[in-house]
Amino acid sequence: MSGVVGMACYGVAGWLLLIGAIGIVRSRHLVHTVVSLSVAQAGTYVLLLGIGYQDQAGAPIVVQDQQQPVVDPMVQAMTLTDIVVSATITALLLGLTIQISKRHGTVDPDELRALRG
Amino acid sequence: MTLRARTWLCAAGALGVAVLLVTAFLRMPEFGGALHAYRDLALPAAIARATPNLVSSVNFDLRALDTLGEETIVAAAVVGTLSLLQPSKEERQRIEPQRGYVMPVVKLAGYLMLPVTLLLGVDVVVHGHLTPGGGFQGGVVLATGWHLLYISGSYPALARLRPIDWCEYAEAAATGLYVVAGLTGLVAGGAFLANVLPKGEFGSLLSAGTVPVLSVLIGIEVAAGLVVLLAQFLGQGLIREEAS
Repeated sequence: MSGVVGMACYGVAGWLLLIGAIGIVRSRHLVHTVVSLSVAQAGTYVLLLGIGYQDQAGAPIVVQDQQQPVVDPMVQAMTLTDIVVSATITALLLGLTIQISKRHGTVDPDELRALRG
Repeated sequence: MTLRARTWLCAAGALGVAVLLVTAFLRMPEFGGALHAYRDLALPAAIARATPNLVSSVNFDLRALDTLGEETIVAAAVVGTLSLLQPSKEERQRIEPQRGYVMPVVKLAGYLMLPVTLLLGVDVVVHGHLTPGGGFQGGVVLATGWHLLYISGSYPALARLRPIDWCEYAEAAATGLYVVAGLTGLVAGGAFLANVLPKGEFGSLLSAGTVPVLSVLIGIEVAAGLVVLLAQFLGQGLIREEAS
């Protein structure tokens, strides 16, 4: 049972990464590109939390003489870092999108051919 | 390259990556197993430093240096967005009086939720070392709670009650003070960001040494940074369309 759940978890992580990457490649709108990047990054959250999971283990909030095992806090901290970085990158890229839309009058990546000053 | 060619190229690459991923996943340690080397190291370390929340212990104590990098990324993104979205000389921002209509029940809910959300944000930041939460999560709650003013009231109300200058100072100061806290650890404890403060009683508010201090600093930094960030995006909506 656990093996099936594990494969499903890793499968979802890989699927999110690939579908996000394909979304970026096939994008016709820069906002869609940015959101696709967020989807690809979401794959890493699932992967990290899946790695840290343990059957019958509790949340990583402990008492002084903790007996029950807890799930891995290290990967949870990494997921938190990941989410923060993803949010800031999204903000920065959306800012860039606004500037591109103002300067070039389009948000279709295919129409952004030439560099303009 | 046409969209069609690009898609085929991407599909080939994606297939390759998928094969690699599946090969790797088949050789992973058993899912849900008890093999967690870092957990086994972090658990006794966190209990020795009186930090019940292991994630906060990792973030603000055991690997506090990584958090310094993380908050620098936040600060850099805020600075980058500030410079990207600065209105140019031709663009003029003008705060127009309230347009549109806000349902009274939305207004009421917003004004009721505003103090509750701000209190919750402070609670999440301050108790970061005891309960689920911490500076990042609480900072986001604080910043978004602030913007209930925009949803329930009006943009002018938000603009009046949103000291952008002070948010910028607070963000810079919190980032700097994090480094100062690290240097204090270097001088007093022999390692950058060493946990030098008294650890206190397990589970009390003033415990875990520098963990709550760093958590509060990050909370201020994230809250102020997000307010500045959102202000830039909201400000874009104020730019008047030039009659063309």
